[in-house]
Amino acid sequence: MTTTPRLAPEPTHGTARRRAPWVRSLVALLHHKVAVAGLVVLAVLVVCALFGEQLAPYPANAVDISRALQPPSTAHPFGTDDLGRDVMSRVILAASVSLQVSVVSVTIALVVGVLLGLVAGYFGGWPDTVVMRVADVMFAFPVMLLAIAIVAVLGPGLTTAMIAIGVVYVPIFARVTRASVLSVREEPYVRAAVSLGAHPGRVIVRHVLPNVSAPIIVQTSLSLAFAILSEAALSFLGLGVQPPAPSWGRMLFDAKAFLDQAWWMGVFPGLAVFVTVLALNLVGDALRDVLDVRKTVND
Amino acid sequence: MAFVLRRVGHSLVVLLGVTVVVFALVHLVPGDPVRIAMGTRYDPDVYAALREASGLDRPLLEQYVAYLGSALTGDLGVSFRSGEPVTTILLSRLPATVSLAVAGLVVALVVAFPLGVYSALHHGKASDVIVRIVSQVGVSVPDFWMAMLLILLFSSTLGWLPPSGYVPLTEDPVEWARRVAMPAVTLGLVAGSIMTRYIRSSVLEVLGADHVRTAESKGLRERVVLGRHVVRNALVPVLTIVGVQLATMLGGVIVVEVVFAWPGLGRLVLDAVAARDYPVVQGAVLLVAAMFLLVNLVVDLLYARVDPRIKVSR
Repeated sequence: MTTTPRLAPEPTHGTARRRAPWVRSLVALLHHKVAVAGLVVLAVLVVCALFGEQLAPYPANAVDISRALQPPSTAHPFGTDDLGRDVMSRVILAASVSLQVSVVSVTIALVVGVLLGLVAGYFGGWPDTVVMRVADVMFAFPVMLLAIAIVAVLGPGLTTAMIAIGVVYVPIFARVTRASVLSVREEPYVRAAVSLGAHPGRVIVRHVLPNVSAPIIVQTSLSLAFAILSEAALSFLGLGVQPPAPSWGRMLFDAKAFLDQAWWMGVFPGLAVFVTVLALNLVGDALRDVLDVRKTVND
Repeated sequence: MAFVLRRVGHSLVVLLGVTVVVFALVHLVPGDPVRIAMGTRYDPDVYAALREASGLDRPLLEQYVAYLGSALTGDLGVSFRSGEPVTTILLSRLPATVSLAVAGLVVALVVAFPLGVYSALHHGKASDVIVRIVSQVGVSVPDFWMAMLLILLFSSTLGWLPPSGYVPLTEDPVEWARRVAMPAVTLGLVAGSIMTRYIRSSVLEVLGADHVRTAESKGLRERVVLGRHVVRNALVPVLTIVGVQLATMLGGVIVVEVVFAWPGLGRLVLDAVAARDYPVVQGAVLLVAAMFLLVNLVVDLLYARVDPRIKVSR
């Protein structure tokens, strides 16, 4: 590792040195047993999301009333629902919807929130005041309530759920980013870049953003977990994914009426939500450990 | 005093912002909210009356000022659906929500306080690891799923508790307790898991502080050190998270209220959204946000009282 940069040609040299902290974090993460467990679960989910059609033993909406409410068996490992649909197939197929909603909504929150946080933290003054006051106002609403209010305006559906969850998490990203920018802004390397006459955009992208990325990465992982929960809750309330498309939240809603007769209808979709959220939280916590360790090493 | 005024002023400014958002809700709805709310029950006379009452034809700023003015006097308009004043509807739902939130908070504290302190004192040992795993599980469980599992166990299987429904505390305290048990445990376990993690890390931090080492080296008994020097100091930052959890339970427990057919504010919002009863949605959202701000304000003021350093640093 110590000799490679010297031997390598100039361009590779630069790339290798820039990537080093990332590689180190990744290696540390892969040595974190809990994180690996979480990552394995997430990998399984991604496979389900991508190849659900091939993996699921039955189509999502193969209605067969004669096989309604059957308990788990070899033919239907998770049993069947009130319309005779295979619960396991629907749990597998719903993975793509859940992941899609959470990834899209967190991306919205990430892009908008980080951008606002960078501007607010770096420039200060009135942009900072405006962004932070708006964030304060948004923080005054409980997350689910704000999401539901947005759905009330835009009407229920998949796209609305993504927008609603995305908007709700914008202020969190803005706050996290701003707080880190405030501490990085006064660092000598940032001041040096500014005094060399670098354009603010360049300073932000090249010097500030890479150094505030750690808390943002941790926040992203934790927000993905919350987004999965929020999507499930919205769909449970009938405000998210619309039937007959399979979704874990909606399956739980349907299960509620049959709780006495068919426990499997409610247990398995809920387990899917729980395991997914747990995996994301574990990875998020591990990332926090790993990235903090790197920070103290560098300090 | 200056701190108190500044903090109250900040809350008021945010509350003003909240009213703008709540006011904007109705105006962001594509189309005519009154027409949409009436749906298939359209009647030209009723429509004209509601339209007139809603004031939607006047200029936006004038409407906002009027809305703000009447909101200040406690008039939040009338429901599109029932014609009842929104304030009356909100007040009728408040006891259910508040009694559930308080019961949930009690469960959360009973769970989180001993577990958090114990876990910190046994830092790194097997019992600490177990507490951390359990709290991680509690944070990750969807509350409505836990609610369904509780119903499955305590109602469907054991038959100990009614699966859902509400009886006012003032009417029949025993029956209220039987009915609040499952929703309160659902809320309390989720909130308690979050609090456990905060209490644990807070106690851990204080355990490493100089004054604790001094107290120990003075030869004080462990109980005294723990009670007087560790726990008391550790609880100060925990106050904030307790406040946030209480505020969340006061306004954000829509899903749990739905599962347990608990007639609180959360269900009210959901029903009003479904019926497109915008004045009720507005009123409920405003009330919840106001309670949220109030709880956080009280917590911050308490916090400054317990820890005078706060006033200086802000």
